[in-house]
Amino acid sequence: MAERTLRGKVAIAGIGETTYYKHGQSPDAEFKLALRAVLAACADAGIDPREVDGFASYGNDRSEATRLAAALGIRELRFSNMHWGGGGGGVAAAVGNAAAAVHSGMADCVIAFRSLAQGQFARYGKGSQAATVTGDDAFAVPYGLMSPAQRFAMKITRFMTDHGIRHEALRSIALASYHHAQTNPRAVMHGRPLDESKYDAARWIVEPFHRLFDCCQENDGAGAVLVVPAERAKDLPHKPVYLLAAAQGGHHRSAAPAHNAPDYASAHFKTVAKNLWAMAKMGPSDVDVVQAYENFTGGVLLSLVEHGFVEPKTANEFLVLDNLKFDAGRMPLNTSGGNLAECYMHGLEMVNEAVRQLRGTACNQVRDPNVVAVLGGPMVTPVSSLILGTEASL
Amino acid sequence: MNDKNARALPAGLPAPGVEPLSAPYWAGTRAGKLVVQRCTACGRHQWGPEWICHRCHAFDLGWAEVAPRGRIWSWERPHHPVHPALTGHTPYTIVLVELAHADGIRMVGNLLCGPTDPVTIGAEVEAVFEPHDEATPPYTLVQWRLAGGA
Repeated sequence: MAERTLRGKVAIAGIGETTYYKHGQSPDAEFKLALRAVLAACADAGIDPREVDGFASYGNDRSEATRLAAALGIRELRFSNMHWGGGGGGVAAAVGNAAAAVHSGMADCVIAFRSLAQGQFARYGKGSQAATVTGDDAFAVPYGLMSPAQRFAMKITRFMTDHGIRHEALRSIALASYHHAQTNPRAVMHGRPLDESKYDAARWIVEPFHRLFDCCQENDGAGAVLVVPAERAKDLPHKPVYLLAAAQGGHHRSAAPAHNAPDYASAHFKTVAKNLWAMAKMGPSDVDVVQAYENFTGGVLLSLVEHGFVEPKTANEFLVLDNLKFDAGRMPLNTSGGNLAECYMHGLEMVNEAVRQLRGTACNQVRDPNVVAVLGGPMVTPVSSLILGTEASL
Repeated sequence: MNDKNARALPAGLPAPGVEPLSAPYWAGTRAGKLVVQRCTACGRHQWGPEWICHRCHAFDLGWAEVAPRGRIWSWERPHHPVHPALTGHTPYTIVLVELAHADGIRMVGNLLCGPTDPVTIGAEVEAVFEPHDEATPPYTLVQWRLAGGA
């Protein structure tokens, strides 16, 4: 039987994004932001938007595939797909689902995207305002456990306590994102640098490991990528960026109700990472640049550990700013500023940054990278991650 | 927190809605008992409420009273109020309590302690039933305090 894989079968031919805004500051409606990002990705790929025949998204995106198809005059919609789960756990899964559709022949030209105007709808950082709560929330919200920061904090407390990892390791992750944003004009935090003293002086969001700068922004914007068969990408304007692997899911009972996942102190990547490396036919030492979704810096730590980039035993020593910078670091991390400092576009901005790094057109260009990892939103479930590479990586 | 009528958090937070799947738990807390799901087929405890035993796939999950004590498995102390009722009332302390005597199920609640008191993973805690009699319908939350404490 032929090997079943996505490795090298499809490529990202176009990337697009809107201006990124602080929440509430977008002059455009959320759906208009989605349209702008899709059109930008098509223009970047040199493909007529009417030729798009599929859309994949995640996080309960409100910009429905059918409305996009109608608005853009798409000739024929052949694939529409929404990945379960809230937040950015599905960012890599959306690209993977688009890739699967293209490789299987269900569609030829699929957009994976995220549009999000938190200022126009509910903000993720606010708790439920309902009089009563049901389901899992009934066992958490009455105790004041209601926001994403609060839902994930006890995973971080346990893991860092068990392994003796200090808050300074998380600070380095935050500093890396802000450092890279200062030379990225797209970044919302461009011109707003962060240093150790500012980080340390910031207010607590949740003790013991979440100060203000450990937490992502809330933003308005949209981002999109265009996925096509690998063969076609060779005839398009940009150097092809190939998908080497995509994996999604969660480990045994990772979504067990009311904080009862057996392996609780986890980003939920343990099985996903195993499947990712198997498809990519490589391991963490083969990766030149890492984009790791920061909902909270503690989640980045767990993602890096579970993908094998960092050992818990040496996390305190390894996670220092110099190791994470684009130009001299041993593991360049979040080179556009990530969710913390470029834009919280639920990680789609990280896929775009991965493509730019592999094209050689990034603001903070790592020298000649061939492989970039994108680790999607951690600690939710299902989670997802992605490996992209140049032709040389095939 | 030594006032036995004091509540962990101020009034105005959302109340737990009682649903068919979870009703025996909330009936238990009203009676000052910790009652959780226990599979009548394989005998194992399961939490939170679900329609099926994830181990043996029996649908006839029963309910059993368990000793209202455990150990702190993890904790957090929110400072940023994400609900209007919490403004001016932070920080407060949330614990995840493991019940080793009930197949290691875990429960979320507030630890009744001061805002700067240290919290230790592994510390023994006991349940404190916190009635909200004025609510419609009334309900009782389960909070925790250090075992043997004041």
